[in-house]
Amino acid sequence: MQNKQCINIKSIAMKIKNNIAVSDNGFVFNPASGESFTVNQVGLDILNMLRKGEKQETIVQQLSEKYQADMAVIERDFSDFQAMVKQYHLHQNEE
Amino acid sequence: MKNKKKLTIAVTGLNAIDSPGPGVAVIRGLLEASDFDCRIIGLAYESLEPGIYMHDLIDKTYHIPYPSAGTEVLYNRLMYIHEKEKLDVVIPNFDAELYSFIKLADKLKQAGIHSFLPTMDQFEARQKVNLPDFGKKYNIHVPRSKAIYTVNEIHSLEQEYGSPLVIKGKYYDASLAYNSDQAKTAFNKISAKWGLPVIVQEFVHGTEYNVTGLGDGLGNTIAAVPMRKQYITDKGKAWGGITITDQKALDLTAHFLKSTKWRGAFELELMKNKAGEYYLLEINPRIPAWIYLAVGVGQNIPEALTKLALDWPIEAFTTYEAGKMFIRYAWDMIVDLKEFQQISTHGEL
Repeated sequence: MQNKQCINIKSIAMKIKNNIAVSDNGFVFNPASGESFTVNQVGLDILNMLRKGEKQETIVQQLSEKYQADMAVIERDFSDFQAMVKQYHLHQNEE
Repeated sequence: MKNKKKLTIAVTGLNAIDSPGPGVAVIRGLLEASDFDCRIIGLAYESLEPGIYMHDLIDKTYHIPYPSAGTEVLYNRLMYIHEKEKLDVVIPNFDAELYSFIKLADKLKQAGIHSFLPTMDQFEARQKVNLPDFGKKYNIHVPRSKAIYTVNEIHSLEQEYGSPLVIKGKYYDASLAYNSDQAKTAFNKISAKWGLPVIVQEFVHGTEYNVTGLGDGLGNTIAAVPMRKQYITDKGKAWGGITITDQKALDLTAHFLKSTKWRGAFELELMKNKAGEYYLLEINPRIPAWIYLAVGVGQNIPEALTKLALDWPIEAFTTYEAGKMFIRYAWDMIVDLKEFQQISTHGEL
């Protein structure tokens, strides 16, 4: 892209570490720490989209359509979810 | 088909109880060895050690004297057993007996009984009272600690280390103390049981990890498997755990082995704080009770240790399966009184 500064920061979603295992039924395992978590279907959808490298806007849009929920609510929930992903060190490029 | 050599291996630590000795797990590893078949001789201190009655794992068990009886008494007993069983290897699994077995190692080898144990210097350097010096010498983070002889010293350490404090016996036992009263009670209880000094250690908040492994005595890592405790009993023992891939823990283990030239099996007890730094809490100079997890993920440490003891060629393990768990369970065996009577009166079963 020519002008990288034009990218809206909101559109960049965090990346999930490559070694994190996510099963179809929402069981998440971090092999580095041995921690495991369970997520519901919405969480699973988010994780799968994050793993695919989808942008935040796309994720929010798709969730809003799938669950027929208000974009603002989804955006807030997505933000909370990302904070938890960070808290449990499941994301790449930790500060 | 490979014609496997048949070895006779003596193993201690048959107390598969709530704070289990490693013996039974070690034996399971030995029986699954790919390079040899074996006959297992159990060495027990008490008649109610459950391993004695596990006839599918142990061919014969003999009582051996407690370490307090001295090395000569132990040697004589081992020679008696050797005469009958023709032992090839002995694997001691208790901290408290290691001193005697290390001291006797050369003499036993001359008699044909091989072992692969830490040197006496290595054994002493990692004692709890020496851990701060050990950390300094090898550049490994260890929690601040001090060996104390009087209860009065607790107050100043409380100021220095903050709360809670970990009060530890010189060989076994540890308890957390959240205030001076608790610390003093723990000091009195532990010193009455294990003698002085008592170790007062700074508490490191974090998640507990353990690494078991094997060093060849030349600085090389023969085996290393890290595990996160998932379920901890009130005695601090892992009742469930899972293998992990944490590179920092593996690097720390390799550094430990390279810098100390550790000889034999070991377990590192580590605490990872919120910043992701590892603190070395303890070095156990032997195979841990959860060793069968390492066997289950592809590193048969009891087999590798046996091969090192016999000077057989050995290749270092380089992989293991991460994300495999162990879950311990208790099992009631029905034992005929005659068996209990036999081991109690004759010291053999």
